[in-house]
Amino acid sequence: MSSAQNSPYAQGVSRRSLLRGAAGLAGVSALGIPTLSACSSGGSKSVSIGSNGSDPVPKQAFQSLFTAAQTATGVKTKINTVDHNTFQQNISTYLQGTPDDVFTWFAGYRMQFFAQQGLLHDVDDVWAAIGGNFSDAIKAQSKGLDGKYYFVPDYYYPWGLFYSKALWSSKGYSAPKTWDDFITLCKQMKSDGLSPVALGEQDGWPAMGTFDYINMRTNGYQFHIELMQGKQAWTDPKVAATFDHWTELLGYTSPGANGRKWQDAVTMVMNGQAGMCVHGLDQAGPQFQAAGKTDDLDFFAFPAIDPANAQDAVEAPIDGWMMSKKPKNHGDAVKLLEWLGTTNAQNTYLTSAPNDVAAASNPDTSKYNTLQKKSIDFVASAKQISQFMDRDANPTFVSTVMIPALQKFIDDPSSITSGLSSIEAQKKSIYGA
Amino acid sequence: MRLKTITGRDKIVLTLMAGIPALLTTALIWIPALGSVVLSFSKWNGIGGFGDIQWIGARNYHDITHNYPPFGPAWHHNLIWFAVFVLIPAPLGLFLATQLDKRIAGSRIYQNIFFLPVVLSLALVGFMVELIYAPEQGLINNLTGHTKPGNLVDWIGNPHLNLFAVLTLAVWRQTGYVMILWLAGLKAVDPALREAAALDGANEWQTFRRVVLPSLRPVTIVVSVITVVETLRAFDIVYVVNRGKNGLELLSTLVTDNIVGEAIRVGFGSALAAILLVVSVLVIVPYLIVTFRRED
Amino acid sequence: MRPTRSTQPTRPMRLAQPRQSTRTTRLGGVRPARLTLHAFLILTSVVWLIPVAWALYTALRPFADTSKHGYVSVGGSYGVQNFSDAWSQADMLHFFVNTIVITVPALAVTLFFASMAAFVIARFRWRFNVALLVLFTAGNLLPQQAIITPLFRIYTNITLPDWMSDSGELYDSTLGLILIHVAFQTGFCVFVMSNYMKTIPREISEAAVVDGASVFRQYWQLTLPLCRPVLAALATLEFTWIYNDFYWATALISTGDKRPITAALANLQGEFFTNNNLVAAGSLLVAVPTLIVFFALQRHFIAGLTLGSSKG
Repeated sequence: MSSAQNSPYAQGVSRRSLLRGAAGLAGVSALGIPTLSACSSGGSKSVSIGSNGSDPVPKQAFQSLFTAAQTATGVKTKINTVDHNTFQQNISTYLQGTPDDVFTWFAGYRMQFFAQQGLLHDVDDVWAAIGGNFSDAIKAQSKGLDGKYYFVPDYYYPWGLFYSKALWSSKGYSAPKTWDDFITLCKQMKSDGLSPVALGEQDGWPAMGTFDYINMRTNGYQFHIELMQGKQAWTDPKVAATFDHWTELLGYTSPGANGRKWQDAVTMVMNGQAGMCVHGLDQAGPQFQAAGKTDDLDFFAFPAIDPANAQDAVEAPIDGWMMSKKPKNHGDAVKLLEWLGTTNAQNTYLTSAPNDVAAASNPDTSKYNTLQKKSIDFVASAKQISQFMDRDANPTFVSTVMIPALQKFIDDPSSITSGLSSIEAQKKSIYGA
Repeated sequence: MRLKTITGRDKIVLTLMAGIPALLTTALIWIPALGSVVLSFSKWNGIGGFGDIQWIGARNYHDITHNYPPFGPAWHHNLIWFAVFVLIPAPLGLFLATQLDKRIAGSRIYQNIFFLPVVLSLALVGFMVELIYAPEQGLINNLTGHTKPGNLVDWIGNPHLNLFAVLTLAVWRQTGYVMILWLAGLKAVDPALREAAALDGANEWQTFRRVVLPSLRPVTIVVSVITVVETLRAFDIVYVVNRGKNGLELLSTLVTDNIVGEAIRVGFGSALAAILLVVSVLVIVPYLIVTFRRED
Repeated sequence: MRPTRSTQPTRPMRLAQPRQSTRTTRLGGVRPARLTLHAFLILTSVVWLIPVAWALYTALRPFADTSKHGYVSVGGSYGVQNFSDAWSQADMLHFFVNTIVITVPALAVTLFFASMAAFVIARFRWRFNVALLVLFTAGNLLPQQAIITPLFRIYTNITLPDWMSDSGELYDSTLGLILIHVAFQTGFCVFVMSNYMKTIPREISEAAVVDGASVFRQYWQLTLPLCRPVLAALATLEFTWIYNDFYWATALISTGDKRPITAALANLQGEFFTNNNLVAAGSLLVAVPTLIVFFALQRHFIAGLTLGSSKG
């Protein structure tokens, strides 16, 4: 605490009254204005919801979800919608400022980190009611490092290799199960004049899915997760083996990936210029849907590399709900989360989000499309579920170290030899080992 | 006018007139800035109270210089950015302004067109980058027939090309902004001086050099400072393209990468900010002092 | 840039009778140099407009068409559907109101503060002049992200009564957002305005001193009216910057509904799927008010930044 005396804030706070004076002066022209949003707030007993679904489809879906919630539970809600990107960027200040009672977030380390920092309220009481609705794999993804629950899963979407059915049937391709078959297929596609694997890596994250899969197939789930958690060294020859496989695949990957948006990569697949792409249903789905080609989309599991690991692990990021540290209305927030954790609630949301699957087991699949049904079996058959590199690992490490390293690797695969020791050195500095 | 000539009450008024804005700037800009300098000696994820801050001396500075690959390139890119801003928008803006100053037809329309990029939102500029430079979907590759895997030009992904692709748009925005400043300055050049110069037999270029340019000195100061400021703060286009990665690293994007987001690295990011602050101050302050003294 | 021969004959005429010669030039209008100049300006303008025109073209097409045929294509349907969708889906009217509520006071206070400080710096010689100028100008140098961590702490530690901020803090309040705009933009305005004020003849205020005018009267009644052009110029630039700000609005406001129009554009972008044609249409709509402000103030603007001459 002694350091606090030297900190700049000690001064900042002591100048509070002074600032308030200045604030008052400038505030003359802003009288009564800050209450703009207050007009829309409901009664004092409502639960505030922080939503990152700002674009039309999810916004509408959340609206109807919470209308249904009020009917079912009697809990009134007030939704605070912020665009997805901003919500993510500001999560740390959001949770330390004036957070909503309940808000949308992701499973994995990304949830555990904030739980560890004491910014979340545990939801063990919610899980006492909803525990029976979820599989063990999903339960495991909902707990903090202290063993308490902090997360109520809502939906997930699988990552895999997505392709156009029309293209594949016209060329007679079939889904490979092993790495060798995969490479053979790539060769075939290349000789057919296609870009075998489309990749759009301009935003930095899409290639992580490819890394995650190759690493899990080469070295197994356990090693992969420990690598993500900073417990394994990036200089381990096992990691080099992962990049060796990836280097082979880069020979069949569309050139110019670092300058392409992932949307354009999916478009290449949709329009038959590329054979397939490694993506999530949540990305490939809406692109095909917007072009009216949902029926043309299909996917298969990333092929096995080491038979010991087979195709056991599936990457399926889970989105859901969390409760902030000091909810203004804890009782109602619990009631609401209990309802949000039911199959019924999740189906309500998913009627307008056909590219996700309810996280609760035994969902009502009568309204699901083929891909959603397939996704359920796909994830149910998995022995382990990973989230995604930027959800399983320290986000700062991913954004400041891994994105540059992966983009450099894609630009020049030979750079990874020296790159791995640099990644390891930076990892140590960030993870504080 | 000297303070001696004014009353005590006037002194109080003057102090308030300069003092209130100065206080606000100090409270909301300088105190946080100095706070960042202090934090640069810490390891902190930005969460919790001050007791959670771990003080680690100059280790962040050591890590930045020894264990942070983007730092070198970011410097390099900021210097290129500065060179380009000095060499293109500043003189091009002056050239356009000089032409538009010639009482030509449609001058206001031209001015509007050149100023247009300044007012566009970042969301739009980011999308324009895609429309122009995307490998398969972009205008340039389509017009030049470079959209096939074998021959495509990777404007945004190739780390040797992308800085210049982005700088083209940055110049596009900066030129209009600077042009308006030059144009305003040119309107203030006394026509009598030009006439006198012409009567002395000076040609257009000589008149420009000997009469126009010296009268533009205050604008030149403004444009110089703006060029430095816009270089050091250069951020948005690069960030909207790929968050300043893969050949587009700039000092400001490195600061942002470490300070904004989840599981943040406040100490490390603050050390980067402190370096940026010291460099800015070393460039700008001597310049301001010299120009201010010379005017007095 | 050597003058071409053809420009020479008009020179003496212009010197003798500048006004008339201009008219002659316009009527005659076929001087090759002038034609070359117009050709150059038109060409440059076309290059300048290509990105905007291309974005406009895209905004006029439905997403399904550009997704199927690519952006560089013709065909499919065209219309203003994206514009009306962007307007209603992003609830733009609501966010435009927020923006006005933020931008107008921020702009007014910035110009008021900056003109006062500039007046003191430009008109009075005292010990702290250089220090003040440095304080204001250099405060403008740092990227916003560099000060956000301490600033956030300051904002969450300042409590305000409910009538000033419904969050009870400076954080997540419109007032807080206005204040940071004022603090951040004042420096630049002081810098430009103090340069400008130095060009106003001192005789004016010296005469006022003889009359016994107080310093505030010298500022308010004598200096400020002469600064109207530079105020208009800065108003245009500052309006553009404050209006287009997204950073402060997201870092210091956590309630989505309180954010300005730039947030409405961000709201059109989804977690994964984004209809860029729609975003382009929305962005073009959002650019309209800044263009109107520019058109409206342009006359003053051009006369405004007369930084260097004694003409005012």
